[in-house]
Amino acid sequence: MTDQKDICLSGSGLTKVFGYGRQTCCAVDHVDFKFYEGEVVSIVGESGSGKTTLAKMLLGLINPTAGDIYFQGKKRDISTYKKKQEYWKSIQAIFQDPYCSYNIFRKIDAVLLDCIHMRGGRRLPHAKKVEMMVEACSFVNLKFEELTNKYPFELSGGQMQRLMIARIFLLRPKILLADEPTSMIDACSRATILDMLMQLRDEIDMTPIFITHDIGLAYYISDTVYIMEQGKFVESGSADEVILHPKEAYTQRLISDVPKIYEEWDLSTV
Amino acid sequence: MSRVMLEVKELTTKYITRYKEDIYAVDHVSLKVEEGKSLGIAGESGCGKSTLALSLMGYYFPPLYYTSGEIIINGRNISGLDPDDVRRSILGTEIAYIPQSAMNALNPTQKIIRFIEDVIQAHDPKITRKEIYEIARERFEILGLPAEVLQKYSVELSGGMKQRTVIATSVILSPKVLIADEPSSALDVTSQKMVIKMLLDLMDKGIIKSMIFITHELPLLYNVTDDIMVMYAGQIVEQGNAKEAVFDPLHPYARGLMGSIIVPESGLRDVKLASIPGVPPNLKDPPAGCQFAERCKYVVPGCTAHSVDFHELEGGRAYRCIFSEEELREAYKND
Repeated sequence: MTDQKDICLSGSGLTKVFGYGRQTCCAVDHVDFKFYEGEVVSIVGESGSGKTTLAKMLLGLINPTAGDIYFQGKKRDISTYKKKQEYWKSIQAIFQDPYCSYNIFRKIDAVLLDCIHMRGGRRLPHAKKVEMMVEACSFVNLKFEELTNKYPFELSGGQMQRLMIARIFLLRPKILLADEPTSMIDACSRATILDMLMQLRDEIDMTPIFITHDIGLAYYISDTVYIMEQGKFVESGSADEVILHPKEAYTQRLISDVPKIYEEWDLSTV
Repeated sequence: MSRVMLEVKELTTKYITRYKEDIYAVDHVSLKVEEGKSLGIAGESGCGKSTLALSLMGYYFPPLYYTSGEIIINGRNISGLDPDDVRRSILGTEIAYIPQSAMNALNPTQKIIRFIEDVIQAHDPKITRKEIYEIARERFEILGLPAEVLQKYSVELSGGMKQRTVIATSVILSPKVLIADEPSSALDVTSQKMVIKMLLDLMDKGIIKSMIFITHELPLLYNVTDDIMVMYAGQIVEQGNAKEAVFDPLHPYARGLMGSIIVPESGLRDVKLASIPGVPPNLKDPPAGCQFAERCKYVVPGCTAHSVDFHELEGGRAYRCIFSEEELREAYKND
């Protein structure tokens, strides 16, 4: 099925080494991947396996030590700030901690207006901008009238994360990198956030990449799953294949460590 | 019938805000934990789980105030006691608490052994350091932690190790009841499993007699505790043993909560996750009648008229809804 689709983001031999001299730490170690357009990808791993470092490299926030990233078939070029901004129009992120994702000195209106301006809507009349903001907020079940003139810290964690999705709705990127989008919010709001992300995916045709340590979430949401250990992808394939019939010992251990409700949770293997 | 370790009757506590508004974060909560049993408390953020934990310990410091109700720990009524008295005579020996952010609970400038000295000396000032070291070493060995940890600083330990050290420190005086407030929410699955195993070990080896486990992760509660209570807006809305509460919840909110479970097991991808629309009520101005009425699918005009009773069924099950058990089951069948 994925054969006919275009590759939207791929990497070969991607490596990131932190530190110098004797104290080096290889966070991401010669990683190869191909993400196809429209498929939902999850990268799963424990803390410290290099998931977030990989995400930062994909976003262009840090430079890779070695290896290349190809975006829509061409080698990614973000050597100047202008090109970087151009790149960020097509790749956007939702971060783990909604409380730290906003500038606390800027009002919510400014956050959303920024997104409209970035899409080239700077010269639109104000009424049109408000209309767009109202639309974006209602998409994520927030009321713009209640948000306007407020600061981000006046919202709850779930609301902040939904506002983040409203930003994505306005920006309409090609790729969305969701770095643990639900780990800071409770289980009940998690379903709502995931539903919204999937709805958004259908609405604006983007490719979501989930980075998570929650195997259940990865299984529920994604088509393709990559398992990451110590900076390397140890296993990859379709979600059913990897999660239900894991081959690698690491994947098996990871899955056996998750508390389940239909199967016995084996505590003796710690 | 085994001995009741902790009994709470109609406990109500409130926060008083800067503008002198009362917020009842724990509203007529009754619960009972028997010896050798564990109780799980589930609910979304802001429903009063952590406030309930603080209230149970008698930890009333402004803006939290005690209003009414009784807390009986091991036959001793501690409701209305001065918080300083509680700290001296009850905390540590009768009841212990593992805070939510245990990772940050350790002072980075002190060695681990100093915290243990603090805890023991607060209850027995005459004991020498050497004796304390022996006690600590023995306890750490029983719990499967290396004794070298005692001489380390907290920054030298990994997250999971820090958490287990905090647990070992809080149970050093063998309390009767342990309250664990989201002990594993910041850890990855492998460390989480180690922490859970340690908590269950504590129960097995008789170091603690009973446990209250607070989390919003239902699969975890289902595997760890015997009974589960679901909290919503400061009230208990559902109570039952783990199996009943997860597979056959009666209250509409508990049902919504169980619909949001994500586990990596076959069949998950075929079901659509149920999400509960709306937000919890503002407790500054709580609605009359059922707190959940605004978000409930099965709402009828009678829901908001007057406050809802807690229906108790046989076998310790209970729920807070105006419908009877049969009516609820009938309504769920039609979904």
